Amino acid sequence: MDQPQNNPKAYWRENLRYLILLLTLWFLVSFGAGILFKEELNAIKIGGFGLGFWFAQQGAIYVFVVLIFVYVRLMNKLDRKYGYDEEA
Amino acid sequence: MDVQSWTLLLVVVSFSLYIGIAIWSRASSTSDFYIAGGHVPALANGLATAADWMSAASFLGMAGLLSFTGYDGSVYLMGWTGGYVLLALLLAPYLRKFGKFTVPDFIGDRYYSNITRTVAVVCALLVSFTYVAGQMRGVGLVFSRFLEVSIDTGVIIGMLIVLFYAVLGGMKGITYTQVAQYCVLIFAFMVPAIFISIQMTGNPIPQLGMGSRVLGEETYLLDKLDGLSEALGFTAYTDSSKSTLDILCITAALMVGTAGLPHVIVRFFTVPNVRDARKSAGYALLFIAILYTTAPAVAVFARTNLLETVSGQPYEEMPEWFRKWETTGLIVFEDKNGDGLIQYVGDTSRNELTVDPDITVLANPEIADLPNWVIALVAAGGLAAALSTAAGLLLVISTAISHDLIKKQWKKDISDGSELILARISAVVAVCIAGYFGIHPPDFVAATVALAFGLAAASFFPAIILGIFYKKMNKEGATAGMVVGIGVMLYYMLRFKFDMFGGGTAADWWFGISPEGFGTVAMLLNFIVALSVSAFFRDPPEEVQQIVEDIRLPKGAGEARPH
Repeated sequence: MDQPQNNPKAYWRENLRYLILLLTLWFLVSFGAGILFKEELNAIKIGGFGLGFWFAQQGAIYVFVVLIFVYVRLMNKLDRKYGYDEEA
Repeated sequence: MDVQSWTLLLVVVSFSLYIGIAIWSRASSTSDFYIAGGHVPALANGLATAADWMSAASFLGMAGLLSFTGYDGSVYLMGWTGGYVLLALLLAPYLRKFGKFTVPDFIGDRYYSNITRTVAVVCALLVSFTYVAGQMRGVGLVFSRFLEVSIDTGVIIGMLIVLFYAVLGGMKGITYTQVAQYCVLIFAFMVPAIFISIQMTGNPIPQLGMGSRVLGEETYLLDKLDGLSEALGFTAYTDSSKSTLDILCITAALMVGTAGLPHVIVRFFTVPNVRDARKSAGYALLFIAILYTTAPAVAVFARTNLLETVSGQPYEEMPEWFRKWETTGLIVFEDKNGDGLIQYVGDTSRNELTVDPDITVLANPEIADLPNWVIALVAAGGLAAALSTAAGLLLVISTAISHDLIKKQWKKDISDGSELILARISAVVAVCIAGYFGIHPPDFVAATVALAFGLAAASFFPAIILGIFYKKMNKEGATAGMVVGIGVMLYYMLRFKFDMFGGGTAADWWFGISPEGFGTVAMLLNFIVALSVSAFFRDPPEEVQQIVEDIRLPKGAGEARPH
């Protein structure tokens, strides 16, 4: 069995790294852009939207959807790398 | 054809569809009844989760709420969608791998304690009953407004339908009816939104229309609405009227509460493996996002239309929809200065018009003068939203009784066949209780829905997260954390929402945090208490730590547990 296969500790560490990365983005678009820095971002206009208001009512939601699908892809790759995928 | 005939036609057709699906997908074992046998494809589960989650409140209530609160309503948009990121990344894959039927199952096994399990069952019941009463009420409202039967008759019709497919089909029946209900509700929500977007901005995509120029004018729609609002003395639509800390706390409480709701979590037990659990969370949020990004656009269109149609206009010249809603008491006009004109202004002493935000979605197509079939479609969509959520909640209730209480604690040797009968009986009882609350709604329904989110945030979420990500968390720590979290949350809600323990006003809120946002504080307390207390007690037994190791690895879900 070659090295990365079935190493639960390394698998879990990589998983946690993905989680921290993705949850940071999750925090930044909602709590950051939509709430904390809303006023500053509103100075930037896209069409009729202030950017802060756009993030709060539209943008954050789009990013959330993308984040989950990115997570799905990353984890499927990780599962294969360590031999934990279902088809193996 | 008039609105009423259209409504009747659409309701009969959609209800026949739900019943047909229920007959086709009967449950034949407890596994079918609780988790649809664990064979639901990811896409179907995503659709079903979206319908399960989007209740009458999302479909009928949210656009109205946004319309009347502007930027402040963003807490609901971000809160109720951001929770799915937490669910997908932190809960769903691991709970699916754990592979039991319910949330109390996980908490009871992970914390090797029936006391902890019982606490979880009580929370699940409290959350679900509160929700379901509101759903039944929503069904009653739609029936009474569009088919001109009494609200009580409407509730009873709704009860019979849910009874039929939830009791017969269990989770299996509910899943496939929810798939159909999602299609009905999203179509019903999008059609009028697209119509109105074209009417007002010329752009057929509401999400873009919201940020476009008003048709035939140079001003942007949002700027126009800000101007209209401020001229009448309301807060500008895109500005906030709450403190930043409070907005942060409410958003976080809604996100975490969403991730902790048992009727949502249980949906991820129904897919075949961990891979599909992750993927179906993505599909679920995608399908939810379609409605949740359209709702703020509908809110802007509706608000602009309302201000332009009624403000400063003679009462005698109001259109037909205005009178119809007046008879329901959801629009009230009081001519304070006796000039026959409607003064709709921010200053409450001069304001003469009160509009219940809940009517926005139902009245919007009429206000915009859309064809009758579109108006009827909205009614069918509202019913689909309310029924799908009610069914999901009723299943959690019946499972909590038949599985978590009776099978797991009281009568462990019960056969699968008898447990299935028991589950069906529990479902019948749950429907009857829910119907009772729908007909005699307690005054505190609205307040307790917020309480349900706070409770889920303060209790389930930390217990599950620690159970997965902190192997050494023991039953003493988790139980203490849950009890403190729920306790503090209940105290705060009872004090500021129900005027107990001396009551108090917004000025007495701790750090200016509203009861809706307090779930965040209670959740943090839960984490702190759980971690501190656990340090003083023995580590969990070896086999429990082994369970934790095991749920972290995706392979082998659905088989008998290895090791």
